[in-house]
This record gives sequence, structure tokens and C-alpha cells, in this order.
Amino acid sequence: MKILVGIKRVVDYNVRIRVKSDGSGIETDGVKMSINPFDEIALEEALRTKEAGKADEVIVFSAGDDACQQQLRTGLAMGADRAVQIQCDQPLQPLTAARAMLALAQREEAGLVILGKQAIDDDNNQTPQMLAALWGRPQATFASSVDLQDGKARVVREVDAGLETIEVNLPAVISVDLRLNEPRFVKLPEIMKAKRKPLEVIGLEELGVSVENNLAVSDYTPPPTRSKGIVVDDTGQLVSELKNRGLI
Amino acid sequence: MNYTAPEREIMEYDVVVVGAGPAGLACALRLKQKREDLMVAVIEKGAEIGAHILSGAVIEPGPLNDLLPDWRDNPPPVCVDVTGDELWYLKKAGRTRLPTPPQQNNHGNVIVSLGALCQWLATHAENAGVDIFPGFAAADVRYREDGGVGGVIIGDMGVGIDGEPKDTYVQGIEIHAQVTVLAEGCRGHLSKRLIQKFKLDADSDPQTYGIGMKELWQLPEGRVQPGKVQHTMGWPLDKDIYGGSFIYHLDNDRLAIGFVCGLDYADPDFVPFEAFQQLKHHPMIRELLEGGEIVSSGARAITEGGYQSLPRVEMPGAVLIGDAAGTLNVPKIKGTHQAMKCGMVAADHIAEADAADGFDQCLRDSEVVAELHKVRNIRPGFQKGMWKGLVTAAIETLTGGRLKRTLTNHADHSALRRASEFEAPDRGWVERDLPPRDRLASVYFAATEHDEDQPIHLQITEPEVCTTRCGIEYGHPCTRFCPANVYEMVEETDGLRLQINASNCVHCKTCDIKDPYQVINWVTPEGASGPNYQNM
Ligand SMILES: Cc1cc2nc3c(=O)[nH]c(=O)nc-3n(C[C@H](O)[C@H](O)[C@H](O)COP(=O)(O)OP(=O)(O)OC[C@H]3O[C@@H](n4cnc5c(N)ncnc54)[C@H](O)[C@@H]3O)c2cc1C
Ligand code: SF4
Repeated sequence: MKILVGIKRVVDYNVRIRVKSDGSGIETDGVKMSINPFDEIALEEALRTKEAGKADEVIVFSAGDDACQQQLRTGLAMGADRAVQIQCDQPLQPLTAARAMLALAQREEAGLVILGKQAIDDDNNQTPQMLAALWGRPQATFASSVDLQDGKARVVREVDAGLETIEVNLPAVISVDLRLNEPRFVKLPEIMKAKRKPLEVIGLEELGVSVENNLAVSDYTPPPTRSKGIVVDDTGQLVSELKNRGLI
Repeated sequence: MNYTAPEREIMEYDVVVVGAGPAGLACALRLKQKREDLMVAVIEKGAEIGAHILSGAVIEPGPLNDLLPDWRDNPPPVCVDVTGDELWYLKKAGRTRLPTPPQQNNHGNVIVSLGALCQWLATHAENAGVDIFPGFAAADVRYREDGGVGGVIIGDMGVGIDGEPKDTYVQGIEIHAQVTVLAEGCRGHLSKRLIQKFKLDADSDPQTYGIGMKELWQLPEGRVQPGKVQHTMGWPLDKDIYGGSFIYHLDNDRLAIGFVCGLDYADPDFVPFEAFQQLKHHPMIRELLEGGEIVSSGARAITEGGYQSLPRVEMPGAVLIGDAAGTLNVPKIKGTHQAMKCGMVAADHIAEADAADGFDQCLRDSEVVAELHKVRNIRPGFQKGMWKGLVTAAIETLTGGRLKRTLTNHADHSALRRASEFEAPDRGWVERDLPPRDRLASVYFAATEHDEDQPIHLQITEPEVCTTRCGIEYGHPCTRFCPANVYEMVEETDGLRLQINASNCVHCKTCDIKDPYQVINWVTPEGASGPNYQNM
């Protein structure tokens, strides 16, 4: 069985996000970029599945310009067998991304697609669900535990009420949550090996997918900055200050 | 650790370079240019190349011309030609323009982000066949059987704060090499260890240092004048503290502002970070910054000892280059061109000799050391205060350093005076309102990160000193000189306790240098920990 894992290049979660001065997007110049943390967890799960003898091949893919090859190489160094870059020069919206994934899943005859539940840049949390629908296959989202047995996946999901356990038939789409596992560190010799692993570059059009932007972003604004605080002497002053500001 | 580690995995190289700063990268690239057959690896503790680089930086492009003759066709991402120089003497509210000393004339130089330049240089080195490994710290030296240096040991990953391996534990590998090049920059921790072990500083003065702090600002449109270089002396520093500020105008409304002060200051209560923040409130600077926002900020120590403090730069199997050796030209406040040249001299030597032996002489015969010799008396002249220093500087400049005298350097940690012996002058410091509010707020802009469940990388060799002698004699200066507020004394029922907030550390190395008892030992944390500087 082949497992496909999606890897998105995003601004590192440690970086303080700054909105471009013209409000057209996020500043990425000189900013550290990393694999979306949820995708790292997805890849770790795929690797553990393969190491447990339950999969034959782990393929990482990413849609983006050549810069995303850096993240694909990291994925290979973590242990993926090969990588596919779906080349496109603009960020894909969820529906187009899901269509590209579908084309790849069909081409590879994937038995399982594991994705992060969302990317920390746009926080859409839509692509895995869309892929499952387009593919006509079951989905198990927000996974905090995955167990593959006899062509089925038993998945514990993190839901508002607690944990929910479901079973889905493979092929399926699983989207992973934070508590599923702790991704491994890359070992230095693996980085050298990763340089020699195959990395295929394929155009979006070659996969038969065209870009369709059905969402328009009008503006980016930073959250309002906190105004300077004051120190109050006692509760009486606190109450009157709050009243003056119309807060109580 | 109760656990017995298996034999470490080994990778073999001809040359391993520790540190991907300008020195290490120039050395690695030059090695490949000279000898394509050599296998060269570069190890860098920052998560990415440039993540731990903090500099001004106005640089002299000479070594770039040598290394990459066509570099201007495809320049590093931040690169602005210098258009003019200004030197100001500040008083609390006023200012006087001083003539720019010849060392600080920047005609023909460029303003860069040294972090971005290193990333760019790393790409060139990789294309030439160098293997570069960001995110890995050289934690230890690997010795050959004959006692010489035979490579480095990469730090383990996934060890808990208790020293026990966690689920994610990965053992660091050994990198074996014919020659190990230490390019760790100022106060490198393996360099420090090797200088002691091989007594490389037996015939030189102690190294001296400064602390540099910097912020990169995004300013309202039109205020920045790309290419303008400004330096200040005077306020807010006392006359006997060596230092001043730099203000470099970049493109796209970006401004780099920084502050460097000598770590030979005497006042145990002095807070370098506060001095930098005060400077920003001088009317001349404040009007520049108001309404802008900070993009990135951080701190890094800088070597100031120059010629007198240059240790022997070779030992069996290894060499020291760049700021790890101490090649920075202080009167020029420039170390980048010196670091690169030094790396290239080392590369030429290693390519020819296949060994470290002979590099010390090679460097001393090179223009790197000639440049240091010429200005050797300028920085020590400031030990007696700013005005005497300026006089010495003028004499040494006029004579081109040809006078027979050589002034001496003293270790910075011994310069601190007891709290009871020192009365701080009235500095006339003002109430501040520009960001960052305090050191914690500043660390936030360094985007520094350490997994908290790892051994504390600031080792205190004699912890009882902190709670006993130090409090009485110096009043815990670590809580003041650290620019990231890593050290705090907290009150407990049974007395004071030193709390080390290691995850805030920005790897500047100031504590390792300035601690008066020399009981703080900075070691590398897990690879990829530390600051994530943006265009610094
Ligand atoms: C505030 C400030 C302003 C400055 N302004 C200027 C200027 O305007 N012009 C100028 O020319 N120079 C300037 N300098 C000096 C200049 O930055 C240095 O001289 C230069 O960076 C030295 O280069 P280097 O390669 O020797 O060391 P560094 O640039 O310090 O690089 C060392 C690298 O090694 C890595 N490293 C260290 N130890 C290890 C380890 N054990 N394992 C793995 N990696 C390790 C570090 O993370 C770092 O990336 C300034 C310095 C400061 C602090
Ligand atoms: S702990 Fe030491 S090295 Fe780290 S930021 Fe503070 S002074 Fe610098």
C-alpha cells in the first residue's frame, strides 16, 4: 500500500507574523519557513505505519513553487521514499488543492492519504474533507490515534465532546490532530541520503487541474495593538476606571 | 545518564567547518574552488543559515570581489551602496557633528543584512559542492588517538531536562575530518575549550569583548534615506564606557539601529540593554523611529581585543578563523571582511598543506593581521575614558600605527568593581515609551525558541557562588548584563535562588564573558534552538 502525505510550506510557527504595509498579504521576506506542523505529524504517522510493515511506500507531495522543494527534502530526510512537487506559482485555494491531490491519489493508486487537519497559515481546515468528497472515499478527521487492520483504519478523533472512535474502509483520507504523535528529529546522515531520493516535478496542468479561485481576499489587517495599561491603587479606583471607560 | 549509548554513527570528511557565518562559508567555498576533490561539510546550530547571525552591517566588499567576482550581478537580497557617513557626539538633548575618522569612511562599502548574505553565500557554497547542515550543533570535540583534533561530535537531540533520553531521542553523530575549522564566531564554546586545552593564548593578551544589540525597524514611508550611515558616541554612556550606536538606512523603509558597548565597564549595576533603549529616546533618533515597528531584534557579543589578543590560531588538526580567533577591526567596527579573508587564507593553506600546521604563520603574514596591527592601540586607548581614547586614536591614525608602543588588554570579567566601591554617575536617563517595553518584549522579536525539556545549556560550575558571594560583592550582575533576562534571582522561603530562563537565550555569549567569577559556561543547546533572526 502507498501512503500519500501532503506537506505545505508555511511561515514557521515561532515567527511573529507581520502584515505587509499595503495590506496585501503577510511579510515573508527573510522569514523562516517550515513544514506545516500538522503535516509533520501526518508524515510521522505514515512513516510509523510503514515501519510497522503496514505500508510499502510513503510519498510526500507539496503544491508550490520551487521553494517548497526545501520542505520536501526535509520530508525525505525524515524518511519518505520519494517526493512530488506539484508546480504552481501561486498559493492554491482549498478546492484546487483538493483536486490536485485527487489527481495524484488516483495516479498513484494511494491506499491512504494522510494530511494535517489544517495549515497554520490560512487555518482553512477544508482540504482533507474536500478531497474525501471528490474522491468518493471515507474521511476520518482530527485523528489522535490511528490503527490499520484488514483494509480498515480505526481512528480516534478529537471532537468537542471528547474522543470518538470510528472505523473507515481504505482507501481513505485521514486528517491529523496535534496529539497523534511527536515527529522525529531528522538525522544528519539522512539529509545526505535525501539528496539522492527521487523528487518529481509535475505541473498542475499536467495533472489535469486548472486553478480556480472562488475566494477573494479583500484585506489583511493585524490585530489591534494593546494600549498602554495603568496601575491602579485600589479596587475603588479600579471600579471607577472601568466605569469611566464604559466597561462595566 | 543511566543509559549506555551505542557507538556513534560516523561521517567522514576532509574538512569540517563549525559555524556558517561569513568566515566559515568563505572558507568552505574557497576550499571547493581550490580543490574540487575535497569533501567539505559546514555545521550550523541555527535552524536555518543566518538565523543566528546578527551584525550591522556595513561591509567592505573586497573579499566578495575575490571570492565571487560577478557577485554584483546577482547580489545578496539586502544590499545598499553607502551614500554618506555621519558621526555625532550626543549629549542628553543636544548633538555635535564630528569629523568622520578615516577608519569609518565607508565610501565604496555596502550595507547588508549579514544573515541574508550568509544564506546567499551558503547557496553558492552548496552549488560548489559543500555539504551544509543547518540545525545541528557541534557540541563536542572529537580527539584523535594522538591527542589532536579529529573532528566534532554533533549534539544529541531529544534528551530531557533530567539528562535522560526521551522518546524522540536521536544520538548525535561524529564527523571525522583531516582538518577541523572553528568558525564559531565571537566566544565560540568549542573554540574556548580548545584555546584553554592547547594554551593557545599563552603568548597573547586576554581577549576583550563588547556587547552589541540591534533592532531592525520598518518605518513610515519616506523617512529612511537608503545608503546613509550614521554613528553616535557619548550619551547615554558614561565617559569611561567604550561604545556607541550605529544607524544604517536600508531600502524599503527599513532601518537598522544598534548599540555596542565594551564589556570592560566597571559598574556592576550597569544594564547595557537599558543604555540601548535610552539611546533610542535621544531626540535625533526618536524622531526617526516614532510610528515605526520592530521587525527583528537581538544581541551578540563582539571581539574587541584585536592584534594583542589574537591567540595562536592553529593546533594539531584544527584552526581558528574569523571572530572565533578575533580578527575584527574595532576602530572600523567591521569584522565581516576580516572574517571572510581569514577564512580564505585558511582555505588556501589547507588546500595546499592538507593540514592545519603552518596556518598561524600564514595568517600572521597576511593582510588580515597587518590590518589589525595598524590599529592595535586605538581600542586600548579608550580604557582611560572617551577623550583620552580619542587622542590616542588620532595619534595612532596619524602615524598609521607605526609607533613602537603596544598598549595591553585586560580580561573583561575582572573589570567589574564591587558594588560597595562603585557609585554610578547620574546618567540622566529618561522615561521611555518606544518599544520594546523590556527585555522580555525584546526577546519576542528575536523569535527565540528552545524546547524547555532539555538540559539547561547555561551551566553554572559553582552554584553556591551565586547565592553567597556574588550577592554581597556584585549584587547579581547576571540579572542585568544578559540582554534576554535569562537570569533571575527569586525569593524562596529558604533564601534566594537563581532561576535560569534558558529558553529565552539569544546565544549572545555575554554571560560567559562578563560573569566576574567565570562560573557560567555556555554550551550548545539542542540543534536548531535559539533565535530566528529575520534579515539581521
Ligand atoms: C551588533 C554588531 C554590529 C556589527 N556591525 C558590523 C558591521 O557593520 N560591519 C562588519 O563588517 N562587521 C560588523 N560586525 C562584526 C561581524 O558581524 C562579525 O565580525 C562577523 O559576523 C564574524 O563572522 P564569523 O563568521 O567569524 O562569526 P559569526 O558571524 O558569529 O558566525 C558564527 C556562526 O557559527 C555558528 N556556531 C557557533 N558555534 C557553533 C557550534 N558549536 N556548532 C554549530 N554552529 C555554531 C553560529 O550560530 C553562527 O552562525 C558587527 C557585529 C555585531 C555584534
Ligand atoms: S544567557 Fe548568556 S548567552 Fe544567553 S542571552 Fe543571556 S547573556 Fe546572552
